Amino acid sequence: MRAGRLRDALVLAALVLYAMPFFWQALTSVRPDAELLPLSHLLPSRLTLAHYDVVLRQSLMPRALLNSLGIALSSTLLAVGFGALAGYALARLPVPGRGVLLLGMIAATAFPQIATVSPLYLLMRALGLRDTWLALILANASFALPLVIWLLAGFIREIPHALEEAAAVDGAGRLAALRFVVLPLVAPGMASAALLAFLFSWNEFLFAYSFTATEASRTVPVALALFPGVFEVPWGDIAAASLLASLPPILIVVAFQRYLVRGLLAGALRE
Amino acid sequence: MSDRRLGWLLLAPALALLGGLTVYPAIWVIWLSLQYRIPVFSISRWAGLAHYAFLAVDARFWSAAGVTAVFTVASVALECGLGLGMALGLRGQRHGRRAAVALLLLSWALPSVVTAKMFEWLYHPAGGLVNFLLGGRPVNWLGDPALALPSLIAADVWRTAPFVALLCYARLLTIPAELYEAAEVDGAAGVQAFARITWPLVRPILLVTLLFRTLDALRAFDLMFVLTGGGPAGTTETLTVYAYRALFQTLQVGFGSAIGVVVFALVMVVAVGYLRLIGRQEASA
Repeated sequence: MRAGRLRDALVLAALVLYAMPFFWQALTSVRPDAELLPLSHLLPSRLTLAHYDVVLRQSLMPRALLNSLGIALSSTLLAVGFGALAGYALARLPVPGRGVLLLGMIAATAFPQIATVSPLYLLMRALGLRDTWLALILANASFALPLVIWLLAGFIREIPHALEEAAAVDGAGRLAALRFVVLPLVAPGMASAALLAFLFSWNEFLFAYSFTATEASRTVPVALALFPGVFEVPWGDIAAASLLASLPPILIVVAFQRYLVRGLLAGALRE
Repeated sequence: MSDRRLGWLLLAPALALLGGLTVYPAIWVIWLSLQYRIPVFSISRWAGLAHYAFLAVDARFWSAAGVTAVFTVASVALECGLGLGMALGLRGQRHGRRAAVALLLLSWALPSVVTAKMFEWLYHPAGGLVNFLLGGRPVNWLGDPALALPSLIAADVWRTAPFVALLCYARLLTIPAELYEAAEVDGAAGVQAFARITWPLVRPILLVTLLFRTLDALRAFDLMFVLTGGGPAGTTETLTVYAYRALFQTLQVGFGSAIGVVVFALVMVVAVGYLRLIGRQEASA
């Protein structure tokens, strides 16, 4: 027993060590400027919130956080809403060419963004959507959609048919059965799909970097990549901004881990 | 309403979005790659296969293709090896499983731009932790043409090995303990048990993960674009970075699209291999 506990503790310690690059960034974000360059001691002599103060008061980060949150939530809502309807149709209804459509969904999850970024850029410009939330909401939702549809079709197929048949006997139509029987049962699956769609949109860089021009729509990864330095690179401020950018992903792996893992496994194993 | 009509109705919003923003651009990019298109000079005319013919003799293209190949092969191999090792280490975990998985998935869930900024600072010649731990030698990890690509690969492995680990770990948990007990009765333990029980059961998952990771490595962009920008001297310039520079920095929309199409084709070849593999596994299951 005791050997088992020791082993468990060692594995955890190894994982903390593995995550060290992140913890180091966290430490950098509270290290006084004078002790950053050159690095002479591992631990700082005192901790400071000065970097967070700069990032929150004098940088474009607060606006970028707002943009990212709005865009990620909207595109997730769009992808999961459309995805649930399409997933139900593919799982339960006699749609001709179902197999081809599902295969197409898998193929579409593999599309490289770099190949579609130039036509999408021209399209967004033609529609007058450059530098708007809507451009990124649409682009991110459509990019996440194939995986969301695939996941939800799979989760809906796992629900026993008998429940919907019972609802039909009670006089409920297809849509009522979808609303009152299928959707409540597939809610955990929708949570998994939503987390993956949200993470994709929150982390997405190429579309956001190409379609945005000003703080009106710049997302967190873009603001971080373009983080300004006047005379030298403000490593402490960048570390503080990185930490803020990491908060939603951290929340997801800590608080919603079960749903995230389920979505990841179902998405990757495709069974 | 018939079920068939309802089916199409429910599919319509998703198919409209995918048709407009995924399928149409995927076809349009091929069309674009056959044109000279430089918007700033109002140039827009037919090029045929000229861009592809140029790529065939373009040294920068072949260099980027080489970097992409090295990056993909090295990253994926290291990720799979490290991921499997992590999964084996995690398997016996009884206490603190949630904390272990959270620590594991942290690096995977972070935005890759954050990862790039983190490693840029870790690799900093004077302020970085890496050089400090090596005794203060001022190694320029990202500025030295011989070190930049390995440094980039290390950052990518850190970011993605946990994904491999999670999938392998999930598979390991489904192997019944009785199999190992039976093997022990037969005198097989340790390496032998691994070779006879663990490996054959994990291998299919590892293969699927390997293809998955290959797809992602081929289309990776954020990490190298932000961490090294393709430098120094083009030693970390992948096809995706080259395509981006052509599209948005030298504004050659047609030429950049042609490089994008090449990445597209490479990814689709791997994806077809993946679909075949899935088909075979389903046929044998």
